[in-house]
Amino acid sequence: MMQAAQQRPRSEIFAWGLAGLCVLVLAMMLIGPLVAILSQAFIDPASGQWGWQSMAASLAAPGMLQSTLNSVQLALVTTLIVLPLAYLYAAALCRTAMPGKGLMRMLALLPLLAPSLLPGIALVYLFGNQGILKSWFPDGSIYGFWGIVIAQVFYTFPHALMILLTALRVADARLYEAATVLGAGKIRQWLTVTLPSVRYGLLSAAVVVFTLVVIDFGAAKVIGGQFNVLALEAYKQVIGQQNFSRGAVIGVLLLIPALLSFVLDHLAQRKQQAMLGARAQPLVVQRQPLRDGLALLFCTLVSGALLSILAMAVAAAFIKLWPYQMQFSLNHFNFDDVDGGGWGAFYNSLLMSLGTAVFGTLLVFVGAWLTEKVAAAQPWRQALHLLAMLPMAVPGLVLGLGYVFFFNHPSNPLHGVYGTQAILVLCSIAHFYTTAHLTAVTALKQLDREFEAVAASLKVPFWLTAWRVTLPVCLPAVLDIARYFFVGTMTTVSAVVFIYTPDTMLASVSVLNMDDAGDTAAAAAMASLIVASSALACAIFAVLSWLLQRKSQRWRD
Amino acid sequence: MQTELDHRELDIRQLGKSFGAFTALKNIDLSVNKGEFVCLLGPSGCGKTTLLRMIAGLERCEQGQILQAGRDITRASPAQRDYGIVFQSYALFPNLNIRDNIAYGLKGRQEDRQRRVDELLELIGLPGLDRKYPAQISGGQQQRVALARALATSPSLLLLDEPLSALDAQVREHLRFEIKSLQQRLNVTTIMVTHDQEEALTMADRIVVMNHGVIEQIGTPEQIYHQPASRFVANFVGHCNWLSATASGTRSVTLGQADLLTAPEQNLRAGEPCELYIRPEDIELLPSWDPESHTALGKLLHRELIGSIYRLRVAVAQWGGVELQIVATHREMANLRIDDGQLIPVRIPPGRLRSFGSGARV
Ligand SMILES: Nc1ncnc2c1ncn2[C@@H]1O[C@H](COP(=O)(O)OP(=O)(O)OP(=O)(O)O)[C@@H](O)[C@H]1O
Ligand SMILES: [Mg+2]
Repeated sequence: MMQAAQQRPRSEIFAWGLAGLCVLVLAMMLIGPLVAILSQAFIDPASGQWGWQSMAASLAAPGMLQSTLNSVQLALVTTLIVLPLAYLYAAALCRTAMPGKGLMRMLALLPLLAPSLLPGIALVYLFGNQGILKSWFPDGSIYGFWGIVIAQVFYTFPHALMILLTALRVADARLYEAATVLGAGKIRQWLTVTLPSVRYGLLSAAVVVFTLVVIDFGAAKVIGGQFNVLALEAYKQVIGQQNFSRGAVIGVLLLIPALLSFVLDHLAQRKQQAMLGARAQPLVVQRQPLRDGLALLFCTLVSGALLSILAMAVAAAFIKLWPYQMQFSLNHFNFDDVDGGGWGAFYNSLLMSLGTAVFGTLLVFVGAWLTEKVAAAQPWRQALHLLAMLPMAVPGLVLGLGYVFFFNHPSNPLHGVYGTQAILVLCSIAHFYTTAHLTAVTALKQLDREFEAVAASLKVPFWLTAWRVTLPVCLPAVLDIARYFFVGTMTTVSAVVFIYTPDTMLASVSVLNMDDAGDTAAAAAMASLIVASSALACAIFAVLSWLLQRKSQRWRD
Repeated sequence: MQTELDHRELDIRQLGKSFGAFTALKNIDLSVNKGEFVCLLGPSGCGKTTLLRMIAGLERCEQGQILQAGRDITRASPAQRDYGIVFQSYALFPNLNIRDNIAYGLKGRQEDRQRRVDELLELIGLPGLDRKYPAQISGGQQQRVALARALATSPSLLLLDEPLSALDAQVREHLRFEIKSLQQRLNVTTIMVTHDQEEALTMADRIVVMNHGVIEQIGTPEQIYHQPASRFVANFVGHCNWLSATASGTRSVTLGQADLLTAPEQNLRAGEPCELYIRPEDIELLPSWDPESHTALGKLLHRELIGSIYRLRVAVAQWGGVELQIVATHREMANLRIDDGQLIPVRIPPGRLRSFGSGARV
């Protein structure tokens, strides 16, 4: 009997190795910094011993309790405002026949293109000491609690909306028919059919909004006045006082709500998925002029408010000297004349966002593809998935601080990365990894499970099948991932604010710095520039997607 | 010895497979000859697909051995084996047209590949569709394209996992015939998974009946149908009447008030209870009463028209009130002219009753 040579083909070993490398890189990007920040928080700087002393000392520091309470209060109030607004908006989009739904949806998602500092800046121009509507908030009362709340509502609204849209979209028409046949009135229908089906979505939206508010420091920085919050305290401790260990302690505190919301959200999503039966009938909405008209009015008001905040920031960028010389001017775009990094910061941001989009998409897709589709790499799947879910539970501020501790450690062989663009790209990829990974996995799972098996039986190597079939079919998802990385990196402040250097200044950080230095108009100009480039990037990706769709229309039915 | 191995395409020895604590396959022994068409038949979850995937190298083999043409491929990767495969979903590449799908595994010069694809398109009877995409052709056509793609590289073994189950009844019957004749023309060894007994009986040279991860019986369609090796096989392939009787000799039993002769060599022991079976089509309906020990009067409970035949339910008081299922042709029914509730003479021909031992295998 002939004994065939049956070593594993070299390509399989390569696939295994490559997937392992993806896991290793991701672990380095996440586990390393997290361990670093935890050890900072729990190691006493004086004695070098592990323990609670450092933690306890930081917690007992004056102002800590107050800023914690402030953060919680702020998050609660914002959640209470955003949730009903976003729910009604989502219901108007999903459950009425009002005209202009596409436009309304787009307008409501616009805040996603802006850095979180933008609404604060706009509020200064609207209601601040020199604001046009100063009388609405007399004596500068916009600087403080309510200013932050309004800014956070603007910033968190689209996040809540997206979750609620998903929840409301999965309606089963049969349940409503049954309820109508049984004679249930509108209110009872809402209580017995709608509410149970969206309650997980509501819960999910609530915890996401709460967490976003707690971990954001931008709004408080710009419009908070004397109102201190936890995230801002961390920023001040590290940037202002170089007190890294205090910063680490607050970072660990910020991990708690983020972790909690991660767990809650995960549970809620699971329940949500289980709710929709396989044979659910999609809901067809009938016209009802009164209801549709009210819905349109509501959406116009809300999106109008969001839009006017955005428009205010843009207007401020082009007006010579608010409110004394209301002429058009491009002077505020002379960034090189003010402190804050100049145009170089903007170009650097573009370059870095592009780098994050390219390398992030590459890492995410290769990792997901290998572990989902290539049998030899499948032992890594669990590890990759766990790591990929982690960033969702780590606030950008905490991740960035972790990067300082990890990469700046003298004994780290990767020390050389510190202070370069590379570390910014790494941190941004890590910060946005979860959503990108889930998008890739969802797209890959939609492919027939047996493509690889067929290819193997035809003796076509798996990487060729990836190139000829998997990638082309998944290209819309790949574009989506790249766009998400680009826009995210363009707008984020928290993930990068601790790790940029004067040589690698970024646009979003320069908004912060220019505002800090009192150049609010220049900050508005830079923020507008960020919005414009995010919007342009979205437009470019939309066109690419459209071209692609046209090309592939032949084979997509 | 050498000659016997020469015409073996596949030799499976003591194959086993578990998923955690669950045993999916146990002690599988199977040989497939060159050019043979073998069907793996069994109920859902019995391990047919698992066995096929192990032959394909898509599931790791933990116990036993698989030899293809004498070569040990137990641990070979799919690419190191020689087979073509068609899945239930067909797994056609959606972004490649029919031509590129079929040519996917072909190597060599462009013209040679084109010629081969044309040949295959001719073979499956779909010339002219080569520029279409899978989403643009019907299920039956997709099925044939998947077949052509699997056959393109002229593999010595063809594996089919429920290739027809996604199609509607008419197309399915037509394709059954086409696949079979294609297989005979190309003389390619074929293993097909199915849970449809009709499909297995009409297409296979030999059928492997599986249940709970073990092979119950291997045999030609005739053997499987007429000499089932177990109660499971008898029930799964075709219909059966089961009669509880008491043995009165080595080949005779008492059923109610009647003494009936069974087939020879049923290992009956006088005085012991036994379980006997008979196919519905083996029971005769008589136009007139004929006093004979194997005849009794039955009462027609119900009849059902199933296309070309009738299926009747008849209760026979004399045989202990047993309810029998009987089939009758239209001609028979016209001759008998009976209605529900009426009495009719029924006959169990001597030698047709069989058992699987005295309740040993239930
Ligand atoms: N990867 C796996 N992990 C765990 N259990 C499995 C796996 N694959 C198959 N099984 C189990 O092994 C048993 C046999 O599965 P298999 O798919 O071979 O059945 P089958 O005979 O092809 O059934 P069907 O007619 O439904 O396709 C089933 O009970 C199935 O649940
Ligand atoms: Mg199966």
